[in-house]
Amino acid sequence: MKITVLTALAMLVSAPVFAQGQVEAAAAATRGQIIDLAGSWANRLHEDWIERAPGPHIGDYSGLPINDEARAYADLYQVSMQNMPERQCILYTSQYIVMGPQNLRIEPEVDPISGAIVALHMTGTVDRASHTVWMDGRAHPSKNAPHTPGGFSTGVWQGGTVVAQTTHLKAGLVWRNGVPHSDQATITEYYARHGDMLTITMILNDPIYYEEPFIRNATFELDPQTRVLPEPCEPQVEIPRAPGVVPHYLPGENPYLNEFAETFNLPLEAVRGGAATTYPEYGKKLRSTYKPPAKCTVYCCGGTGLTVPNTNNAACREGDAPTPNP
Amino acid sequence: MVTPPKGDYVSLPINAEAKKVADAWDAAKDVAAGDQCKAYGAPGLMRLPTRLRVSWQDDTTLKVETDAGTQTRLLHFGDWKPPAGGPTRQGTTTAQWEMRQGRRGAPQPPPEQRFGNLKTVTTGLMAGYLRKNGVPFSEKTTLTEYWDLLRQPTGEQWIVITTVVEDQTYLTRTWITSLNFKREANGSKWDPSACEAS
Repeated sequence: MKITVLTALAMLVSAPVFAQGQVEAAAAATRGQIIDLAGSWANRLHEDWIERAPGPHIGDYSGLPINDEARAYADLYQVSMQNMPERQCILYTSQYIVMGPQNLRIEPEVDPISGAIVALHMTGTVDRASHTVWMDGRAHPSKNAPHTPGGFSTGVWQGGTVVAQTTHLKAGLVWRNGVPHSDQATITEYYARHGDMLTITMILNDPIYYEEPFIRNATFELDPQTRVLPEPCEPQVEIPRAPGVVPHYLPGENPYLNEFAETFNLPLEAVRGGAATTYPEYGKKLRSTYKPPAKCTVYCCGGTGLTVPNTNNAACREGDAPTPNP
Repeated sequence: MVTPPKGDYVSLPINAEAKKVADAWDAAKDVAAGDQCKAYGAPGLMRLPTRLRVSWQDDTTLKVETDAGTQTRLLHFGDWKPPAGGPTRQGTTTAQWEMRQGRRGAPQPPPEQRFGNLKTVTTGLMAGYLRKNGVPFSEKTTLTEYWDLLRQPTGEQWIVITTVVEDQTYLTRTWITSLNFKREANGSKWDPSACEAS
C-alpha cells in the first residue's frame, strides 16, 4: 500500500516535469502540423550537377556572396590536399546536404510515451557528418562548447515545415574548390515536404567570409530503393609525400584560377563572387559585352541521361545511348 | 546570368530528340521569326535572372510579373476555367493553398500559427525553351510549382519555389529543381527589359 501511494505520488510529481517541449510537440502532432519526413531521399542532381557531382571548377566562385578573405583562402586551395591521410576523414559540414551529391536518410527519434518527435537524424552517403536536429525544445549549448562538422541544431515545426537553427559548426568548405565557411557560420534550415518531394533550403550566415547570407536549395525524391549506407572512412596513403608537405599554392601562384573564366569567355571579375554579382542587374551588365563560346566543351551532358556522367568530361557525343539518371 | 554555350545541357534529363532540337538552335533564326521570347515561357522564365513582382489582380487572381522579358503570369484560384483558345507563352495556371489540416475534431490553431504553401499547375503552354540555349519543352508540358514563403529570424523573407516539369516529348523523367527569391524593401530595382534571344 505504501509503495502504491509512493508510486502514485511519483506519477503526480512527474507529470508536470514531463518535458515541456515534448508536450508541445505532442500537441502540435495532435493538430496535424507534423508530417513524416522519415525515409530515404534521392538526390536527382537536376541542377548544379557540376558543383554537386564532379565538383566546381577551380577559381569558379560565381554566385557566391563571398568577400576578399574567402577569395584569398580559396585561391590557395589544391584539391590533392584532400588525399593526405590526416585530412581524408575530415567531414563536410551540414550545409553539404544541399551542396553535395549525396542521397539522404532521415530517421525521426520518437518519444515512446508521448509520440512526440524528439529529433530528426540525417545521414548521407558521401563524406558527410551525421546531422541531428533536436525538436524537443532544448537550448543550444554554451558558445564555448565544441564545434563539430554536424554542428548543433534545434528545430521547430511551422506547419509541415521544419525550421532549424544550426550553430557550433567547425570551419569547412562550402564548395569543393576551396571556398570556405568559418566556425562562426550559422545556418537556418527549412525542410518542406511536397508529396514525395523534399525541398531543403539552407541559408548560411557567416560574418567572416560572406558579404550577405548565402542561400541554397536542393530537392530530393522519396525513393525506397535509395540505399543510404554508412561509409566508414579509413585513411590510407594515396600519394606518398615527404612528412610535413601540405599541397597548396602560395598567394598569386595558383596557375588555374583563370581557367574557368577563359573556358566560358567570362570576365575574371564575374567568376570571383561577391554579393553584387548575384543579382539580376549584374547579369545585364555582363550580357552587354558577353560573347559565349561557340560551343560547350566541358561537362556538356553531365546528369542528362544522355551519357555516363562519370566519363562525361567533354562535349556530348553523337550516338550516346541514354542511361538512367543517377 | 548569361546564356550557356550551345550544346550545354548539363543537369537536364533530356532525351536524344531534345538534344537534336537543341543542337540545331540558332538565336538569329528566332529573332528573324519574332520568337525572341521562346525562353520566357513559364518553365524557363523562372530560372532566368529576374525579379518578381507579386500582387493581387482581383480576389481570385494572383499576378506574378517578371522584369526579365516583361512577362506576366496569372495564378487563378477557385473554380476558374481556362478560356478557349490555343496555347500561350505563359499558359493557364490554376492555384490552390495547401494548408495543413488538423486531425478530425482537433481544434484549428489560431490564424497566426497556420502555415501552408501555394501549389500551382500550369498547362496550355506554347512550346519554348527550358534553357536559353535552345533546350526545348513541348506544348504537352505540365509545370507544377510549390511556393513556400520562408522567414529568417533576422526578418528576411524568401520565396522558395519547388518546380516540377513534365514533358514526355523531350524529357526522360520529371525535371525537379528549386528556386529562391529574396524579398526586397521596395521596387526600386525593378527594371523591365525586352526578351532577348541569346
